[in-house]
Amino acid sequence: MASPVKVEHINPFVTATAETFKSMLRATVTPGKLMLIRGNKLQSDISGIIGLSGGAQGSIILSFPRITALKAVSEFIGEKVLAIDETVKDAIGELANIVAGAAKKDLTQYKISISLPTVIIGDGHEVQGGKDVIPMAVPFESPFGPFYLIVSFKSEA
Amino acid sequence: MKILLVDDSTTMRRIQKNTLEKLGHTDVTEAGDGAEAIAKLAAGGFELVLMDWNMPNMTGIEALKKIKADPALKSIPVIMVTSESEKTRIMEAISSGAANYVVKPFQPDTLAEKIASIKK
Repeated sequence: MASPVKVEHINPFVTATAETFKSMLRATVTPGKLMLIRGNKLQSDISGIIGLSGGAQGSIILSFPRITALKAVSEFIGEKVLAIDETVKDAIGELANIVAGAAKKDLTQYKISISLPTVIIGDGHEVQGGKDVIPMAVPFESPFGPFYLIVSFKSEA
Repeated sequence: MKILLVDDSTTMRRIQKNTLEKLGHTDVTEAGDGAEAIAKLAAGGFELVLMDWNMPNMTGIEALKKIKADPALKSIPVIMVTSESEKTRIMEAISSGAANYVVKPFQPDTLAEKIASIKK
């Protein structure tokens, strides 16, 4: 039976998200209460996904409403972007990549490898849970607007 | 200083290129993966490589090892600029010949300091 991701496996990604926004976007982001994805389908417009493999399997997703993504990417690259295009797609994938990589230093016991980013674009696409583990979502508030970090993490140990 | 900037993310190339330009480095060539980097280095004249780790076709660590195994290229300093934050990865890069290591996320000042340390 699927069980929710453990908090100890989520926290490194929450910390890494805050670090990434602080360093690369000069922004303070604030995490809210953890949410189970099951029964709480999240609607987003653009999501950056990084697969995790090795001693743990899963993924992390940074999922944004369109307006948040445009404002965040404008700050990230130092140029105003007005529409979701290849530049925004690449930037959202890179943000997810940086978060996943930064979290690895606090999860060294799992010897995690991270995939190259995949980015999904689509107005109001739904992010749902998996079969083996119930992903947890962390809502964030930021100067650019709200966004979600979604963690799916299942360790072999 | 002729610099080769290697990253599969156009965003990261843009950010690093802006940082380099602010430091006065305008002779910057870009490559999107390790294989493209090796091909571009063959043209000669490069004095510094900034190298991502996770890239398609050829990873940054593979490209670093190829550079350091090539008598014509091995003297070019390579700074790894990557989200790979674990100590084992940093040790692997340094033992493979990386001159320095910058972990993403980074502040522009950090990148500037690492480049300055190479120039000395």
